[in-house]
Amino acid sequence: MIPATLDLSHWGGLTLALGPEVVLSVWTLVLTLVAAWRTDEEGHRAVGRLALIGLVVTLGTIVYYWRAAPQAAGIDTMIALDGFRWATSAVFVIGAILAVMLSLSYLGREGIRVPEYYVLILLATLGMMFMGGGADLVVIFIGLELMSISVYVLAGINRRSIFAAEASLKYFLLGAFASGFLLYGIALLYGATGSTNLTLIYVQISSLGLQSDVMLRAGIAMLMIGFAFKVAAVPFHMWTPDVYDGAPTPVTAFMAAAVKAAAFAAFVRILVQALAPAADVWTDALFWLAVVTMVVGNIIALAQRHLKRMLAYSSIGHAGYLLAALASGPGLGSAAMLYYVLVYTLMTVGAFAVLAVMGRDGERQTAIEDFNGLGSRRPWLAFAMTVFMLSLLGFPGTAGFIGKWYILSAAVEAQYGMLAVVLAGASVLSAGYYLPVIMAMYMKPAMSDTSHTDLEVFGATRYVIGVTAVLLLVLGVWPNRALEIAREQGRDLQPDVMVTVSR
Amino acid sequence: MNYGNWILDLLLALPLVVALVILLGPAPAAKRVALIGALLEFACSVPLWWMFETGTAAMQFGISHAWIPGWGVTFTLGLDGISLFMVLLTTFTMPLAVLGSWNYIKERERAYYALLLVLTTGMLGVFVALDLFVFYVFWEIMLIPMYFIIGVWGGKRRLYAAIKFFLFTFVGSLLMLVAILTMYYMVGNASGTYSFDYAHLLAHIGAVDRWAFWLFGAFFLAFAIKVPMFPFHTWLPDAHVEAPTAGSVILAGILLKMGTYGFLRFAVPFFPDVAFDPTVSTAIVVLAVIGIIYGALVAMVQPDFKKLVAYSSISHLGFVMLGIWALSVESVEGAIMIMINHGISTGALFFLAGMLYERTHTREIAAYGGIAKVVPALAAVLTLVSLSSIGLPGTNGFVGEFLVLVGSFGAYPWATVVATTGVIFAAAYLLRALQRMIYNALDKPELEQLPDLSKREFAVLLPLIACILWMGLYPAPFLRRMEASAQALVEQVRGPATGGSIELRVPAEVVQ
Repeated sequence: MIPATLDLSHWGGLTLALGPEVVLSVWTLVLTLVAAWRTDEEGHRAVGRLALIGLVVTLGTIVYYWRAAPQAAGIDTMIALDGFRWATSAVFVIGAILAVMLSLSYLGREGIRVPEYYVLILLATLGMMFMGGGADLVVIFIGLELMSISVYVLAGINRRSIFAAEASLKYFLLGAFASGFLLYGIALLYGATGSTNLTLIYVQISSLGLQSDVMLRAGIAMLMIGFAFKVAAVPFHMWTPDVYDGAPTPVTAFMAAAVKAAAFAAFVRILVQALAPAADVWTDALFWLAVVTMVVGNIIALAQRHLKRMLAYSSIGHAGYLLAALASGPGLGSAAMLYYVLVYTLMTVGAFAVLAVMGRDGERQTAIEDFNGLGSRRPWLAFAMTVFMLSLLGFPGTAGFIGKWYILSAAVEAQYGMLAVVLAGASVLSAGYYLPVIMAMYMKPAMSDTSHTDLEVFGATRYVIGVTAVLLLVLGVWPNRALEIAREQGRDLQPDVMVTVSR
Repeated sequence: MNYGNWILDLLLALPLVVALVILLGPAPAAKRVALIGALLEFACSVPLWWMFETGTAAMQFGISHAWIPGWGVTFTLGLDGISLFMVLLTTFTMPLAVLGSWNYIKERERAYYALLLVLTTGMLGVFVALDLFVFYVFWEIMLIPMYFIIGVWGGKRRLYAAIKFFLFTFVGSLLMLVAILTMYYMVGNASGTYSFDYAHLLAHIGAVDRWAFWLFGAFFLAFAIKVPMFPFHTWLPDAHVEAPTAGSVILAGILLKMGTYGFLRFAVPFFPDVAFDPTVSTAIVVLAVIGIIYGALVAMVQPDFKKLVAYSSISHLGFVMLGIWALSVESVEGAIMIMINHGISTGALFFLAGMLYERTHTREIAAYGGIAKVVPALAAVLTLVSLSSIGLPGTNGFVGEFLVLVGSFGAYPWATVVATTGVIFAAAYLLRALQRMIYNALDKPELEQLPDLSKREFAVLLPLIACILWMGLYPAPFLRRMEASAQALVEQVRGPATGGSIELRVPAEVVQ
């Protein structure tokens, strides 16, 4: 069906190359119209189901493209055609599917009746796919804005909650600020190299020897600050806890998992495909960013009593692990990042799903003590939560362990022994807040005779929790296939120049 | 099918299957199923004793399956003269642990017995793994069941004890993880084959020379916490005291041996030059001796019998460390003997402490007195076990400590002299406790109605007593099986006995 090579300079080839994105955009636009006439509860859920179908179809398209593996006839202009794009797109769509499934019952329970909610999730996913696949800084930026603006609205979708309003406003202001940095960085890079195409930037830097060019360095610095905001790296993380805390829990899960994954995908692509010749400019910065993020995120998480905030800080810690993978360089580092992003999406969404079941009123007040005695009242729910916590901790038998091992081995291979030691130390710190959850569930008596008896786990949420928990265990014991994919696509992500030359 | 080709797989898989059966079955049957499972496991492992070929240090019963080929991880298992005893000790202890929990565990029985069996797999895995990835996985996995056993079924301060136990071990093991990865890459770069296989890493260990000190440090920390050596021991009293009886027995009997086993299997063979560097070895021997004396002194002032036994463990494990670092064939054999003895004697002491606690609901030594008149059988057993723990000739304790002291004297005369006083201290704290608990006057009226040992309790204690006497009176079968491996370890570090190529601070006469 798809020709083996696509001419990206021609509109036909470019449209074909954008297959999954086209499918999703069309579906989203149609869904916007559908949503406009559905205001009742039932119609609302119908929109959700349609969104789900759209995402599944998109996932199917992505897999189809992945298997067909079309190649660009020249260099990648505007959009990349490589395994990394398909792999990351698949992760974003899976994250979105899980988030929509969580939302189906959650929105009804919390009385949030805005059918456009699902449209926004689809739009954000579309933006992410452009971020993971863009071969041009402008495409990546547009994707980022599409994603960000949708998520700003999603964060504040619960109009009756002042915390949601705070979250939305804060996210918007700081996000806009970060976008400014990013755009400024792109402008400077354009000024220094005369191009916004990743491959051309690579060529210009290496052929003109721009490594010590001030404008280029300033551009890279701005770009890194912008992305550091988006991935919530310390010291650019201040918005994270309030935003994650205030947003509806499925949106938080979506932000913590997919949004972060998208920012990482774009970040790693830019670093590897465009800025690799200037690696000595950004490697050290990334190294220290990773170290500080891991340590600070985990230390602050230790002090949290409310689970939602704790998970927010723990997600900062995990951003640190991903940065460590990034700092360990292309190849093994990218592969480790890819694997960890998938695993991280599964375990984060799973943990937030359990939280959504446990909590009320946006879950802001759900403390760790509220889990007391869950083990005897709801053994399966408690078991799933144990799996998520152990996986987040990186304990053997779960996928989190394999992911962490992969990142550690990338760091050791890159001879960043110190990074590996810090990562290990940060993991020990994280045991200090993941274990108390397990402890509360199994080792403390329930607060009262009636606690946990009225918990309702709705159908879709049940699937989310069950599937993520089982997948984490399977990927923890038998990770071979996923590792292979991560390794191939990680290797696939290399400067396009080399691909073209070798071809 | 040949027994040797599947036995280790079976030993690892059987407890997991039984655990699943327990979880799915009815609650009242849980303990019976667990007992049958544990006995079956023991029965399967017994032939190892005869099938094991003496006179060779090679790995036996080897099994290898592909696991994560992309990373060079293979599921490789095997036994030598060191791990053989650890495996048998584990399978021997587990049925007793189940039987010892029979009446003590009253709630959530299914989960408890299932966790005991999962723990069995974890511990056996540590002792038979010959791939560092597999080893690490088992090393960590076994934390979870123990964490739950302490945290759910433990005493008053169980939460504190459980998390302390977990965190201490976790800290050490994560650094070990970094060290394993470093070795993997350095050896891989040098040899061209990236693999976590034990034999492969050992064969090319010269490649890591530059970092050997730090790598040894990481392994040392992980194992020293587990042993526990003197400054890292603070988790032990909490965990041992708060755990339910079977938990304490397993902790003392088997889990602590993982630390010393780790030294024998990994830390010492991988980094002999660092481990026996004069400064490092002196430091370790000093810590071992401090552990011996400190553990004994603290045990002496404990008002709580269980805590007394817990601290005595620190003292005993100090002897093991001394024996390993003295590195003569006798001292290493002695160290392995103490590892077995300690599992049996201290296990028995914890069982007895648990039995007393079930009768009176107190562990205070002062709350007892003169109970020998009421419960003569229990008193007799307690006396015998205490004597074996002290190391009275004719019991198992004597053999190990004697070998260690004889073997160490040449290398570290002063350390050995000081360590010997540890034996005297041991007599002091155990005999004093015995006197106050079971002899003296029977002055507390509530003690007059204590029931003596039940049949079930006899069933728990008799195998242990039999082992105490067997190993004390006729240790030759044990020594014969471990000799080749001990010899190999010594030779590997020191070079073949005649060559003596590696310079050590050890006087020449010891080498012969």
